[in-house]
Amino acid sequence: MKRAALVALMSHWRRNPLQLFTLLAGLALATALWSGVQAINAEARASYDAAAATLGEGQFDQLLSRDGADIPEAVYVALRRGGWLVSPVVEGRLEGVRLVGLDPLTAPGGLGPVAITDGADVNAFLTGDGQIFAGADVAEALAGVGVPVVVADGLAPGTAITDVGVAQRLLGLDGVISRMIAAQAQPLGQRPLEEVAPGLMLRAAEQENDVGRLTDSFHLNLTAFGFLAFAVGIFIVHGAIGLAFEQRRPVVRTLRALGVPLSVVIGLMAVELAVLALVAGVIGVALGYVIAGALLPDVAATLRGLYGADVAGTLTLRASWWLSGLGIAMGGTALAATGALWGLARMPLLAQSRGATLGARWRALVLGGLSAILLGGAGVLLVWGSGLAAAFVLLGCLLIGAALGLPLVLDLALALGARGARGVLGEWFWADTRAQLPGLSLALAALLLAMAANVGVSTMVSSFRLTFTGFLDQRLASELYVMTEDAAQARALEAFVEPRVDAVLPLMMVEGVLAGVPGSVFAARDHATYRDNWRFLEAVPEVWDVLHRGAGVLINEQLSRRARLALGDGLEIAPGTVLPVIGIYGDYGNTAAQVIVTEPLFRSLWPEVYPLRFGLRIAPDKVPGLTTALIEEFALPEGQIINQGSIKAFSMEVFERTFTVTTALNVLTLAVAGFAMLMSLLTLAGLRVPQLAPVWALGLTRRGLGWIEVGRAVLLAALVAVVALPLGLALAWVLLAVVNVEAFGWRLPMYLFPVDYARLGLLALAAAVLAALWPAVQLARTPPAALLKVFSNER
Amino acid sequence: MNARVLVLVLWPGVAAAQGFAGLGGDADGFTLPERGHVFDFPSDHGPHPDFRIEWWYLTANLTGPDGTPYGLQWTLFRSALAPETGEGWTAPQVWMGHAAVTTPDQHYATERLARGGIGQAGVKAAPFEAWIDDWGMAGSDMEALTLTASGPEFRYDMRLTAEGPLVLQGEDGYSVKSAGGQASYYYSQPNYSIEGTLVLPEGEVAVTGSAWLDREWSSQPLADDQTGWDWFSLSFDSGDKLMGFRLRQVDETYYTSATWMGADGVVIPFEDGAFGAEPLAEATAAGREVPVRWRVTLPDKGLDVTVTAINPNAWMDVSIPYWEGPVTVEGSHAGRGYLEMTGYE
Repeated sequence: MKRAALVALMSHWRRNPLQLFTLLAGLALATALWSGVQAINAEARASYDAAAATLGEGQFDQLLSRDGADIPEAVYVALRRGGWLVSPVVEGRLEGVRLVGLDPLTAPGGLGPVAITDGADVNAFLTGDGQIFAGADVAEALAGVGVPVVVADGLAPGTAITDVGVAQRLLGLDGVISRMIAAQAQPLGQRPLEEVAPGLMLRAAEQENDVGRLTDSFHLNLTAFGFLAFAVGIFIVHGAIGLAFEQRRPVVRTLRALGVPLSVVIGLMAVELAVLALVAGVIGVALGYVIAGALLPDVAATLRGLYGADVAGTLTLRASWWLSGLGIAMGGTALAATGALWGLARMPLLAQSRGATLGARWRALVLGGLSAILLGGAGVLLVWGSGLAAAFVLLGCLLIGAALGLPLVLDLALALGARGARGVLGEWFWADTRAQLPGLSLALAALLLAMAANVGVSTMVSSFRLTFTGFLDQRLASELYVMTEDAAQARALEAFVEPRVDAVLPLMMVEGVLAGVPGSVFAARDHATYRDNWRFLEAVPEVWDVLHRGAGVLINEQLSRRARLALGDGLEIAPGTVLPVIGIYGDYGNTAAQVIVTEPLFRSLWPEVYPLRFGLRIAPDKVPGLTTALIEEFALPEGQIINQGSIKAFSMEVFERTFTVTTALNVLTLAVAGFAMLMSLLTLAGLRVPQLAPVWALGLTRRGLGWIEVGRAVLLAALVAVVALPLGLALAWVLLAVVNVEAFGWRLPMYLFPVDYARLGLLALAAAVLAALWPAVQLARTPPAALLKVFSNER
Repeated sequence: MNARVLVLVLWPGVAAAQGFAGLGGDADGFTLPERGHVFDFPSDHGPHPDFRIEWWYLTANLTGPDGTPYGLQWTLFRSALAPETGEGWTAPQVWMGHAAVTTPDQHYATERLARGGIGQAGVKAAPFEAWIDDWGMAGSDMEALTLTASGPEFRYDMRLTAEGPLVLQGEDGYSVKSAGGQASYYYSQPNYSIEGTLVLPEGEVAVTGSAWLDREWSSQPLADDQTGWDWFSLSFDSGDKLMGFRLRQVDETYYTSATWMGADGVVIPFEDGAFGAEPLAEATAAGREVPVRWRVTLPDKGLDVTVTAINPNAWMDVSIPYWEGPVTVEGSHAGRGYLEMTGYE
């Protein structure tokens, strides 16, 4: 009997293949977007873990030079002989690969995942030409450097490991090291650091700008997008399941009348859904793999550009990821079907099919109530919430609250429209549109979310781009930037360029802890470049004069927010030196704290720091000539001269890559929403024949009815667009003013882009027309006999 | 890969066929010890980079103000990857330091590793200086030395004064290690008096006592079929001293050697078979069964004593783990000394 019942139930899908397709496609798409994002995140995390395992990043304290310069090898030996258990690290890029030189004898984490399994190799690693251990992804790039390359697993992507001496030779860093890692257990009787190596600072492991923590916000962002896409997909699934169950009530009734127990019917339907979910899940995970594979190179580029974190550009299949993809498909289906199954369980044996509008208003009111609660919650979070997670919950409350409230808003708008209706046809149009709302509300909610996300994200990205380009123009005012290797070369360079340029602006920096936050102190020379170009978020009058009198410091927005420093507050920049904050500037180039002091003060506080980098002001047409002179006459390597244009281009490239993924996900979400709309209209079209037949019988042509259907879709899409715009702007505001502050420490000004919004609105209308056209054409071609049958079959 | 694994490879692990710590490896390119070699001091106090392995090995029996016995170890090993020396990271001389302090109930041990070419570790003959990181053994000559080492839990600063002459072990410093003729150059200074301060977790302790320095270098001191050794350096209340060792072979036979250093200054070497050492009791140290009570005999000198570890748990948990700790001596002769046992894996 079970078999017969199953066949009877399954016959529904055979008769409604479109519904089956909707269900499977919706679920597969939802799973695909979700698992695609998860795959990207998992790949990135695996890369961070490999990096941490290799270099002990985040686990060990580090010793760095205060001025960021390389450290003489002799300082390392002096530290060891002073009882400091430190290990040297030499780092640099070679053929586009991050080459890390380690000393396996002293490195507290050893060589990480690299295992020298064969005794014969140790000799090769430590002496002679040496050896490079590299992942398969970079081994080829290093083939020509003259050192044997051994392919090793488990290395961080884009990274190769070799002996410290080999790295020095290959990177041209003879006699110097980049930094040191300190072992966790240090011996008794260590000499004080300032006595052994006064130019170095100890950066505690927990203070480290840990890559994982920095990139968390980026991954949270991706996860939020994946979740949004999944929610939209689940709307589709929920709609399709609801419809299918509604249509199968007669079958269920018949089966039960024939003696099949309710539990068996429900069990069979649950099993059927589970099988469908499994199939859709497999398709979705496979699709997700394709999406992740397509997006990962951009994600990898973003993470490298923004945070210097190397992430593999290729995907590895992970079992956990497959399982979680299937799990989320099953879970999503269960979530979407619970209501339908519950309704079925409580259905009286002989119940009639529910009228389409029965209880719709009541339901809209309940949803409206929920919506009010969620929106209220969003307001509460906005005022009292703190932290990145709270910011994302706020976003979720805002979006879901708006989606739930949409039916009520549309119902009110349509009721308002009905008041202005003229004539019988007009009144029927408005009333019929209202009657269709419950069936369409899920698709419309999906469209609302997708459009709002689109408005919000594009506003955020475009605002960011405008701010960022302005910021680059301000900050990269010098035409040329040159780097020198040591103080002697720096002095020679200053003498060389002095007569050739309008101004030499030394770039001096020390790292330290500012108001409990790790950051850097920069020196500013008294020059018009700064006065003319810098813009402040807040500043005292004549801020540059005050600064150069040594009567205050400038801080970036990040430091101001993190340490809660306002204008006039004192800040200790060096032991015993406390100065008031006189200006706060926007800083969109990094996430760390920064302080600027006048050059003379800097030199008196840190006399040992000598500028190695310089900005040169010169008429733009003289730039090529000076570059040539620097290379040919001064013999500065070309790599140490960077012109303004190429830094800007590089920065913009990093910026664009950051948002490539966001934009791509955005477009995908919109596509899913359009699909949801199409599927809802298509399934509704079949159901609506009984409602349209009387209208046809009263004299309206089928073609006329078709046009009315199209008009209805356009009207609804337009109403959704009207709601989506303010919602999207609210979303953009939360992203700019709340999420960004939490994630990066800066707040961005919000700009509006009406043309973009209009284009999006038109796109939504076009999608609605397209979605409505097919069912409308179907309607126009419905044979009159089918319409007539409605009257004869009416139960 | 961590440093420990690397060291196991540099001093290849205890593969039975290779002998303990790979000391039975082949000697291609390295100089081999020769019978009849005449030592040249002070330059022989310094390193011999053309030999594969070399050590400066100091142990001391100490006594605190309340009579508590303590043991101290300071060791610097040199291992050459190639029989060359040079400057910079690629110089093939690698150094390993071990330092330990043993109390009746605690054993603190620590290890350092360093490259020889960058100045982080090394030895100079005159004025004498042996160092790795902040550890050092130094003096204008070998007659008076300062000694220091530190770890996360302990530290010591000592002064040593030689109370007698150097002793050449074996045949004028040519010490045979197997029936097959493997040998090393080996001399000792067993007559140091020592005083100084131990810094331990429970506080500082002023100590005095006696110390014993072993100097040994070779390129292949063990035979392929030898798996480890049990090494005794004993100082008797009579003023006599005994160095004796038993090399364990895979067929469970032993190769033994000893040197009797009489209080009268007469030094007598003994060939294989004269010296006897048999375990009387074992204890578990770091999960291994290790003999910690021995019967040691040298019938030619009427010696039949029981040697007992002061702290059975003196396990050196370093890259190449071994047991090294102070002992007491009872029986025909009373005294104290140091015991080293390797190859108990």
